[in-house]
Amino acid sequence: MPNRITRRQFAATVVTGALLATWQTARAQSGFLHWMERWNERVERFVFGSERLAAEVPPGETTPTEDFPSYFISDTVPVAPAGWALKVGGLVARPTTFSLEQLQQMPRTDMRVRHHCVEGWSAVAAWHGVRLRDVADIVGADPQAPYVEFRSFDAGYWSSWDRASALHKQTILAYGMNGLPLSPDHGAPLRLYAAVKLGYKMVKYLTEVNFLPERTGGYWEDQGYEWFAGV
Amino acid sequence: MEATDRETRWHGRRAQPWLIRLTHWLNVSLLLLMAGSGLQIFAAYPALGPRGALYGWYPWQEMPPPAWVRFGDWLAGARHWHFALGWFLVLNGVLYLSYMAVRGEWRRRLFLPRRDTRDALLMLVYYLRLRRTPPPIDLYNGLQRLAYSVVLVIATVEVLSGLVIYKPVQLWWLGCLFGGYDGARAVHLLGLGLLTLFAAVHLVMVMLHPRAILTMFTGGKHA
Repeated sequence: MPNRITRRQFAATVVTGALLATWQTARAQSGFLHWMERWNERVERFVFGSERLAAEVPPGETTPTEDFPSYFISDTVPVAPAGWALKVGGLVARPTTFSLEQLQQMPRTDMRVRHHCVEGWSAVAAWHGVRLRDVADIVGADPQAPYVEFRSFDAGYWSSWDRASALHKQTILAYGMNGLPLSPDHGAPLRLYAAVKLGYKMVKYLTEVNFLPERTGGYWEDQGYEWFAGV
Repeated sequence: MEATDRETRWHGRRAQPWLIRLTHWLNVSLLLLMAGSGLQIFAAYPALGPRGALYGWYPWQEMPPPAWVRFGDWLAGARHWHFALGWFLVLNGVLYLSYMAVRGEWRRRLFLPRRDTRDALLMLVYYLRLRRTPPPIDLYNGLQRLAYSVVLVIATVEVLSGLVIYKPVQLWWLGCLFGGYDGARAVHLLGLGLLTLFAAVHLVMVMLHPRAILTMFTGGKHA
């Protein structure tokens, strides 16, 4: 009989504990959710294959451009400042500024992959541009820099990435979409595009790429969205 | 021989051993929170099918679930809850299945087609008022065993389709089972619908037999 009560108390404790753990803020800055997010990030890094490629999607499944959503945080479509150029710096041997023409003269990569938005929708477009790994080679990115930060002229929108995802074969600095030059609502003149991250990680309206010793969060990440956000 | 085997097997065993009770109530709490956070996530894009090519067969496109069924405040919060509690739901399920395997509980809980089909049909006929008396009942009748087995299959499909939505590129091979990312989203929501249907029927049935609710707290008499 005493044994039975102990078991019942044990069960009650576990259930109460589970319910109490759920009764806290949903911002995940501390406590249970924060701890679980750190655990999930380790799992995400574990399942990420740095050589694994996302499937190319057949042209017939391309989303009509007008149905492909485009988000920015500025009040109106951000317009590139005069004399726009991309600055690549941080822990690099040769900090370099690239004009669009210089990037377009580098080897071009084309890919048609599925886009996954954190909201749940998917869409397909063909993107072309230059691999970030090629840019990293040119500037001599320090192999010790584990993070890459992307900055923009869209009201300061930014995001930081793990190095492996940034240097993935399907992570490009894109200057074209569906065979045309990038339009202003999709990030002209240059945006980050990747097959291995959620949409909010792919910074549009790029101004800077920095190889860094530590992660620097991001616009949505600092408000509570997952930092790793791999797909 | 069969009778002796059965008597010794269940001798001293409660109808609902403590681990079954524990995992059952954990499951109730976790499933409610998973459903609520899942619907909060779904509210961010309450449609099925890719952009520009929504599925024609889904009748509730662009209709978000009502606020009272959602949990997690906002999209990011609901995602944190969903991806945190998912682990515990799976752990709880593994614990339940392991217990059933080790203690032989599956024999009196799961649907074994050769043993239970006839019984399930007789029970169905009884529920349809075509037969006056129910077939003799062990712990569960055949129809219950069928329901409790099918719901385990649905739960497994929920976990697998959820993993595909979480990592559609890394787990592309799993995605093939569901027709890719958008297919997995549709299956994941359909699975929630079926689990809800199961829960509704289950609730009606246990309210018609309140002793079953009590037993899920106390464990019931020793056999």
